Parts: sequence; C-alpha cells; structure tokens
Amino acid sequence: MSHKERFIRRKRRKSFPLFGSRSYQSRINRRHSQWRILFAPILSVLMGSLMTTLPFFSDLPILPPFGFMIFIAWRLLRPGMWPMWVGLPFGIFDDIFSGALFGSAALMWSIAMLVSEFIDSRIIWRDHILDWLIASIFIAIYIIASLLIISMIQVRPNLWLILPQIIFSIALYPLVVRFCAAVDNWRLRR
Amino acid sequence: MAPPKNRRPGFSRKAQYSIFATYVLAIAGAIIGALLLLISILDPKGFSALRIVGAEASAPIGRFFNSIRRTAVDSSENISYYWDAASKNKAMNRKIEELKKENLELRITKLENKRLKLFIGNIQNEQLKIISTGRLISTSATSGRRLAIMSVKSTQNMVAGQAVISDKGLIGRITEIGLTTARILLLTDTANVVPIIRLSDGLAAFATGNADGTLLIKPLDLGINPFQKGDILVTSGNGGLYPPNIPVATIIGKSGDSGLAKPLADPATTDYSSILEIYDPAANQEIEIIREEANLLDSSSAVP
Repeated sequence: MSHKERFIRRKRRKSFPLFGSRSYQSRINRRHSQWRILFAPILSVLMGSLMTTLPFFSDLPILPPFGFMIFIAWRLLRPGMWPMWVGLPFGIFDDIFSGALFGSAALMWSIAMLVSEFIDSRIIWRDHILDWLIASIFIAIYIIASLLIISMIQVRPNLWLILPQIIFSIALYPLVVRFCAAVDNWRLRR
Repeated sequence: MAPPKNRRPGFSRKAQYSIFATYVLAIAGAIIGALLLLISILDPKGFSALRIVGAEASAPIGRFFNSIRRTAVDSSENISYYWDAASKNKAMNRKIEELKKENLELRITKLENKRLKLFIGNIQNEQLKIISTGRLISTSATSGRRLAIMSVKSTQNMVAGQAVISDKGLIGRITEIGLTTARILLLTDTANVVPIIRLSDGLAAFATGNADGTLLIKPLDLGINPFQKGDILVTSGNGGLYPPNIPVATIIGKSGDSGLAKPLADPATTDYSSILEIYDPAANQEIEIIREEANLLDSSSAVP
C-alpha cells in the first residue's frame, strides 16, 4: 500500500466515524454541520405530517398522527431546542395534509408547546417512562380534541371509533422516540 | 434531561425580557391558530386553495407508492393463482358447466325483462355520463373525517358535487379540485348524505356515514325498521347530484330505527374510479337560488 493510499484511508476513517465513541467530542477542524443541526428535526416533523399522502386506505381513522408524535418526541427529548411559537408553523403544515379542519393542528400544537413548557418547570428530571406517560396523555387528548373539533361542523362520529388509533399511537411512541434519537445522533455528529 | 440553560435567566434583564417575549409569541401563535380554526368553522372551504396546493405538491409521492403497492398486490395475486392449480382447474371446469346452464336461463329472463320494460314504457335506463377516470392515491387516515385524494389526468369539466363511482358502486363526491388532483368526500364521512332507495321495493331512505366504514340508513317514514340483512340499496336520483340506480351498500344489521349498511365499493381495492356528470344541474341551481334568497332576506332583516 502506497503512502498516498494509506493517507486517503486514514482521512476517510476520520470523516465517517461509524463506531464513534468520540463522534460528538470536539476535535480540531471538525465542526457540526449547522444545516443538519437546524433542519434535521424540522424535516423529520414535516415528514411525519406527510405520512397521510401515502396510499394508506382505511375505513377508520387508524393511522397514528405521526407529525404530532415526532413533534412531541423532539420537544420532550430536547427541551429548548425550538422557540415556543414553533407549534404554529408546524401545525399549519400539518393542517394542509391532515384533512382535518384548517387551524385545528395550528391551535393544538401551539397549546402543546405552552403546556410542555409548564411541564418542564414542574417535572425537571424525567426518564423515558415518564416521557412516554406525558406523551401518551398529549396524544390521547390531541386525538380526542381533533374529533371534537370536527364535530363542530358535522355530526360527531362515535368516540369509540378513535380508541384503536389512540392505543396504536401510544404503543408506537417509543419507536418514534428511537427514530428521533437516531436522527439526533446523526445531527450532532462531527 | 436537564432543563436547558436559556430558561434560567438569573438577574439579566435582557434574558428575562427575551423569555417573556417568547411566551407572548407562543400565546399569540395559539390565538392565531384559534382564529384560523374559527374561520374554517364558519367557512369550511375557506382554505381550500392552500390544501389544493398541498395535495398537488404531494401527489407524486402518493402516485409513486401507489404504483408500488399495486405491483405488490398484483404479483402476490399472480403467485397465489399457481398454488393448487390442478384441483382448482378441475373445480373451475365443473363450475363452468353449471354456469352455462344458468347463463341460458338468465338470457331468457333478460329478454323477458326487456319485453316487460317495453310494455311498461319509459323506465330510466340511461347511460351514465363519465367525465373522466382516475385513481385514489390517499385517504385522510389520521383524521376523523373520511376524505380521499384522487389523481386524474386533468380536471377539465369537473365541478364540486360530481359523483365518484368504481365498478362496484358509489365511492363519494368531489369537494375540492386542483390541476391533477381532486379531494373526495367519501360515502362513509358523517357529512355525506345520499338519498337512496331499496332495490327490491323502492323504499326511500337517506344514507349517512358513521366514519367507521359503515353507513347509517334512515328510512323516510320512521317508526318501523323495515330493513333486512342483505337488502341492496341504490341511489334514488333525488336531489339531482347522484344519478339513479348506482349501487351504494348492502344492509348488514339494524340500529334502533335505522339500518346499518356496508358500502359495496371499497376505496382500498378499487383500481380505477370514474367521475360522473351531475345528474340534474337544474336541481342544484334551484337550491342555489333558494339559498341566495335566504341570504338576501337575512341581510335585509339585519339592517334596521
């Protein structure tokens, strides 16, 4: 192996740390990608909102509200990462694709930001189980409230209808957190 | 996770004010959201332009994954045909022999029917006027409303209110129209009311969605529940939106005064759906005129 090849190999190993025990540490001339830091979480939430555009046909509202779940997961995983008004733009984007009444997500996601700020001031040290509990309450209230908002303009569907969706969403939440954590790892890699 | 540092301002006035400002902004955001919601409650079609742009922009995703889904379904079907082929073949041949006999009988009854119809005179037997065809590419699977997005070549001649049917029966009607997509209010949505009749005796009723895949069938004359399991319901043509005699649903049970029915067409398994011309536009125009008159009366009574 020539000297040049060895040099290239070493360089490549450094720029793609796969088993990076040192992957977050400061190293000379290795900086975070600012683009990734800013946009990775935002894009993940938008992607969650876009899940409804996939060809998923169902008679029941059964697909979990992935946009809201990813949003809440980021909020609980990284408090203070986003400014508090961020629920409004995310909510409006979700409203465009969800088929619910326009403004319902904008309102509820904003309120979720405010409430989670309050939770932050009360329950300061949280573990995963507690986060899951908090997120479960958020998700259940969100799904029920969406249905109640729809019933302002049309006949209210039976409330039992959304029980499978709530259970499914709560059960799926740890996976969503894993996804967000993986994106977070990738985001903060140097 | 430890609380973030920027929430502990200490004695810094600047930091305290900036935290206060974020609270103000967040509450303002919630209020804006509430206002948007209020506008869309008062005028549910208010933000349709935004939704149409969103549907148009995201339609390629739906089309792409839908084609993959179809290929997967087709290939698994094709493979399943080879399973147990010899005994299936034998059974099918036997069936064909039986069907040949039945077919002859059916043709005889058909001819008889034709003669009877001629005898009775003008019975509605018009061809359905199909404006265009397309594919359903997604549904609102997270929300309690039952809406679908349909992908078409072009939306020329399409207006809100036109019926969407598949080969099995009615799917819903169009509510919003973009350039290559249209939003469809499915039969199972609670806001969709379809005037129907029972095929066997012409009993008139209304079908409303339950948002869970079933329909609630309310007969016009209340008091008795005349529905039997297996009754077939078709559109009546009343109201002028849906042409008559499109299959809608079959009765699967009863609930109080009304019947429960299952739609014949399933959006998940329909390949192509067609969009029909509004059956009687004149009826719709009359409704519009009545509505405008009511608005005029309202506004004139509001002015002292």
